Amino acid sequence: MFDIQTQLFEGQDIRFGPIDHEKDPEIESRWTHDSEFMRLVETGPARPMSAAMVRKQYEKLEKQVEEDKDLYHFMIRARADDRLIGKVSIYWIEWANGNAYLRIGIGAADDRRKGYGTQALRMLLRFAFAELNLFRLTAAVPEYNEGALALFRKSGFVQEVCRRKSLERDGRRWDLYLFGLLNDEWRDQARAWPERK
Amino acid sequence: MKDLFRGELVRFTMEEPELRAKSEVRWQRDTEFHRLADGDPARLTSEKKIREWFDKQAEDGPQPKRYSFSVRTLADDKYIGFLGVWVDLIHSEAWVGLAIGEREFWSHGYGTDMMKLCLQYVFTELCVERLSLGVHEYNLRALRSYEKCGFRLEGRTRKDVLREGRRTDTLWMGILREEWLQMQNGGQK
Repeated sequence: MFDIQTQLFEGQDIRFGPIDHEKDPEIESRWTHDSEFMRLVETGPARPMSAAMVRKQYEKLEKQVEEDKDLYHFMIRARADDRLIGKVSIYWIEWANGNAYLRIGIGAADDRRKGYGTQALRMLLRFAFAELNLFRLTAAVPEYNEGALALFRKSGFVQEVCRRKSLERDGRRWDLYLFGLLNDEWRDQARAWPERK
Repeated sequence: MKDLFRGELVRFTMEEPELRAKSEVRWQRDTEFHRLADGDPARLTSEKKIREWFDKQAEDGPQPKRYSFSVRTLADDKYIGFLGVWVDLIHSEAWVGLAIGEREFWSHGYGTDMMKLCLQYVFTELCVERLSLGVHEYNLRALRSYEKCGFRLEGRTRKDVLREGRRTDTLWMGILREEWLQMQNGGQK
């Protein structure tokens, strides 16, 4: 079936939306004041950011999406009340090789471990493989991010690379894993996933 | 103290923008060279434009995260290639990329000598904990050279390069400071 009815940006409990430049900066600013969140989503040093800084970052991000053509970025919102939950992106797209990286962040501690990440990943995979027609996706996950490790493992990703002791945090060194998923591997498993019309 | 810039076959220099640009224009036309070294589509750039990049590098001056070297042979002082290091100071990791543009210097140990100098530089001068690189699986010459230098294969991103209708893997390699130090102390790997 030529399935163009499936809504790419609608999940079961969440949806993808554009940045809301009015409301989102305050919320994301709050997330950045949680060092645990910052250390899960970034390997760079965590630092708190004001709403004004986040607003500037959003402008830069949208400019980059427009000009560089190697990046897609969506906000994750709750379907029930449109509340901002997190963000996802496909980045470093190499069009000639059909290759890109992905990342997912769930902002508030209360929203983690509720399955939002799983839903967001499934939607992002469909977008990357059935809309961008990428051949493969890569995700970089530090050894200490157990939630992300579990998510990618259960979603069919193959642990392809172990970059030994390449991160330093809390006074010790950690491995960084690269997970990969090919388009045809995704297609095989995606048939079983629930659709949202 | 050891000479950081002199190996057994080559030495590290920084050549003037004019010579670098002239050589780069010639090397860019060799697509086998490009496809061994890089994953991007091959391209052709004017000498003027390339000269502007190198002029800008000279104007910007030394960057704390970026270390570039030109490479000359010791025997006849010929400029044959380059080597670049990028440093992640936070996680104490460096990445290396190197290339020999002059084809007659392939397969004669020049690349291995460049890498040995690089290892000495990153572990004794930049003092990082780890050096990393990526290499196409079809670049067997480079792969063997890196293994000889002590790099370990840490995995492969499957089929991430598409060339001539064929998909190939990128191999990821790394060497830790303690592993390199052990090799220097005469230890067998």
